Order: sequence, then structure tokens, then C-alpha cells
Amino acid sequence: MRTLLDPTSESAPVTRTLNPRPASLDGLTVGLLDISKARSDVLLDRIEQRLAADGVTVRRYAKPTFSKPAPIDLRHEIATQCEVVIEALAD
Amino acid sequence: MLPDGWLVVLKHDCPTCTLVEPVLRQLQAAGPLTVYSQDDPGFPEGLGVVDDRELETSWRLQVDTVPTLLRVEGGVEVERTVGWLRSSWEALTGVTGLGTDLPDHRPGCGSRSVEWGVEQELDRRYGDRVLTSRTVELADLEDEVEAAYARGWTDGLPVVPPTEQRVLAMLAGTTRAPSDVVAVVPPDLVPCTVEKVAINAVMAGCLPEHLPVVLAAVAAACTDSFNMHGVLATTMPTGPVVIVNGPITRAIGMNSGGNALGQGNRANATIGRALQLVVRNVGGGRPGEVDRATQGQPGKYTSCFAEAEDTSPFEPLAESRGVTGSAVTLFAGNGHWPVVDQLSRTPESLARSFTAALRGVAHPKLAIAFDALLIVSPEHGRVLREAGWDRDRLLAELDALLTVPGDELTRGAGGMAEGLPPGFEGVPVPKFRPGGLLLAHAGGTAGLFSTVVPGWVSGPGGSEPTTIAIEET
Repeated sequence: MRTLLDPTSESAPVTRTLNPRPASLDGLTVGLLDISKARSDVLLDRIEQRLAADGVTVRRYAKPTFSKPAPIDLRHEIATQCEVVIEALAD
Repeated sequence: MLPDGWLVVLKHDCPTCTLVEPVLRQLQAAGPLTVYSQDDPGFPEGLGVVDDRELETSWRLQVDTVPTLLRVEGGVEVERTVGWLRSSWEALTGVTGLGTDLPDHRPGCGSRSVEWGVEQELDRRYGDRVLTSRTVELADLEDEVEAAYARGWTDGLPVVPPTEQRVLAMLAGTTRAPSDVVAVVPPDLVPCTVEKVAINAVMAGCLPEHLPVVLAAVAAACTDSFNMHGVLATTMPTGPVVIVNGPITRAIGMNSGGNALGQGNRANATIGRALQLVVRNVGGGRPGEVDRATQGQPGKYTSCFAEAEDTSPFEPLAESRGVTGSAVTLFAGNGHWPVVDQLSRTPESLARSFTAALRGVAHPKLAIAFDALLIVSPEHGRVLREAGWDRDRLLAELDALLTVPGDELTRGAGGMAEGLPPGFEGVPVPKFRPGGLLLAHAGGTAGLFSTVVPGWVSGPGGSEPTTIAIEET
């Protein structure tokens, strides 16, 4: 019997289940996460205008840099303050 | 539990072992003697030789030379000597007049239990299992190389199948425990052990003596400053360039001379590849997934070279960054382009050629946000050295030459939309941030060509060149 040693992390990614998609944004808080790439803000400003016009509560967030994962504290903050999040990239 | 008395491990194939045959007969007559043979239990005849062709006893006694003579009391070894030295054998046994017809001294031969590949197999067979990685059993008809492809473990080139024996042999390249955590590898942020690095080093084709360099490269890549996550995830064609300094480069036969940046040297090729395989396999960083490169570049297979320190006009790169001795410096590079200047014989002229080439890093109208590595060849280096230009002098001259009026760089200037945002008009702008231009020295002795390695996004929001010492074993 020939055997090889597994070169990988041997860890399947932790499964995170998403919340069910809401039928309506009524009464919900929507987080807008700017990944801090150039002109992400242009896109998010427009989305914020449209959501606000519909009476939706909007909160804005930004990653310190687009090149690194969002800090865990920021992710926790969004998860506890919002029901819906839109992460935006423009360039 | 060993038999009390004298114990000898030998092999028939060893001339010193056959030489001492009459001595063994003298000892058998003088006291309790047990002889273990590694290859022929029929020799020496009539001594009741114990068959150790499986080498278990030799391995347990950690015999590295035959003959080995032990004195055992209460089942425990109290003394040993190797080879044939009459005075040592007489002192150990208390028997005088041993082998008076023999020369006083003959060195022994290598034990079969420490032959290449055998020692690792014996470790695996008789030792406590030190490896904890999951084992993957292959079907009888499954090709080992194809099995690695099928499981997604390769960079597109074949890998050396990581068998337990090969990984144990690789681990002999370090004194660190297999369970030691080397780094937390992005993008999956997985704690990576020495064992996992060793497995990927085997696959890359490394030798055990390359492992300390690979361990250092992995540790450097996974620092917050180098930011391997960003280097991997970017759409730019970025990969880690590993520059190695110090005595280890010569000890393991790295290439710092002709074609140092190219193919053909095992250490250069496999160390850089091992780092990328760790990122792929342990970190989970694969093209089309977290690796979002638009075009990529061939240096993402491997990019590793040694600096040519002996003839350099500069002090070693790592030393200039505060680390003496053997060290790795990682730079987030976007490929290579050559600087051809076959006519400059003064450093002033050569610096202007370097300037013209360096201005194109990222884009001639972009500045400060991108670092660069300039690899000066020996013939260009000679021009600098003979004029007394060291690292600081060249950097200062280049900095001055590369500083231009911001008006030339702003968006739209020169008919090009790309450029610096408004606000730099009327301001002199340097091409590189302080410390953003690295100098190294490598290459063959013929050729008035140097190489620019343009960098990825620099600084805390991107990647900082990162230097760490290599733990030599």
C-alpha cells in the first residue's frame, strides 16, 4: 500500500450559513462596506441615496485597506448592527 | 533489554569487521559475547550470530559505524567503541593481548542502518510516529504524480510525491520539531507546522538542507508587513521574490552568478517553489479563487536567488536592512525587465540609465505608491565599485534623478489619462518613497545588463519588503 502525506490544511472551510434573503427592506438596517478601493465611495453614495429615498436605515463602514481582509472587529460590528450588508468594489 | 556482557554489531561486507574475526573468537572464550550481523548471520561462523538484517537492533542502538563494540550491564549499555582500536577494545573488555597480529588501528565502515533512505525507513518502521498529517492511500493502479494533480496539490508542474520516508528525510534538515508552528498562512489563515512545510518542500523538489531557507521564507511571507494575502489576492501580476544572503547560500549551492534569476539551479528553483506550494496547499491560495491575478507572470511558479556578495559594490542586502549572516528578504515583485547599457563607463552615466528604466515602474506617471528592486549585474557593479559608489551613494543619486516636477505626472499630462491625482502641481515628486528602492547584486561576470523588478503596492496598505534571519541547523 502506497501512502502520501496530505500537504493541505486538512480543514474544510467553516460553513457559515447566510441569513435568508429578506423579502423587503422595511424596518431593516443595511450596512454599506467600502473596501477602500478608488471610487468605491462613488458607487456606495449612490446606493445610499436610493436606499434612503425608500426609507431604509443605512450605516456606512470601510475596510482600512482593500488589500487585506476586513478586521474581525469590523466584521463583528457589521454583523451586530445590520441585517443586510452590501460590499462594494469600484475601480 | 540487551544481553549482559559484550555486544558487537558488524557486517560481513566490512573489511574491518572481517579483520577483527580472530578478536571476536578471543572474546568469546573470555566472557559472554553477542554478535549481531547486518548482512550475513553465517559470519563469523560458530559464534551464534544474531540475525539483524532487518536492522532493528542496529537502529535501536543508534549504530552508525561497524564494528561497534558495547559493554552491557544489567541490560543497559555502559560503554561503546567503534572501528578497531586495540587499546580501546582492551580497555572496554578488560582483556589484554587482543589481535596481536593485527594493526593497532583500522577505522570502521558505515552502518547499513544509516544508509541514505534506510535510516528514514527505519525511523518510520520502529520509531514513535512523529508525523501527524493525514495519510492519503493510493489505489494500486493510481499513478503517484497523477494522484497529486487529481487532488489539486500542484502548481501545474509535476511534484515529487510526499511519502512518509521523504518527509522524514526532509525533516532532518532542521532541528525544529515537526509540530512547531512556522506561520499563519493566508488566505485561509491556517497555522502551518514545520511538518506541513516539509511536505510541500518535498513536493517542490527541495533537499533537506534547503528546508531552513524555506522555513524562513514562509515565516517572512506570512508577516503582516509582507502581506502575503494581498500579494496573492491582487489582480496585479505579483509574487514573492526571495533574495537569500549569507553563508548558507554557498553551503547549499545556490546560484548567485550566471542565470541566477533563471532556471537550472535546484536550490534556487525549489525553495521559491516550496513557498508558493505552501501558500497554495496550506493557505488555500489558488488562481481563480482568492488569487485574482489578471495576467500573472512566470515568477509566480518560483522566484528565488542568492546575492553575489563577494564582488558586490554594496554590503549584502539583508545586512543593509539590519540582519547580518544568513537571511531571506522577500519582495513583492511583478516580473523582471532588463536594463541594457553597454556604453556607460562612469557611475553618473549608468545611474541615468537606471533612472530611465526605473521611471517606468508601474507607469512613468505614477510615483511613491510602488517599490522596486534593482538587481545590479557584476559588470555594472564594477563601474560603481571602481568609482567608490556604495549603496547609499547610488540610492541618493537615483533619488535626485528620479525626482521630477509634479506637473509632468498629473492626470492628463503628456496626453495620458493615467497619472497622479490633482494637488501635485508645482511640487517636486520622487519616484519612490524613502526605502522604496532596493538594491541587490547578482549575475554572471559577462554582460552589461541589470534587471529591474517592479513592485506591487508599497507600504502599510500593500507590502513592505521583509527581511528575517535563517535559523541554521
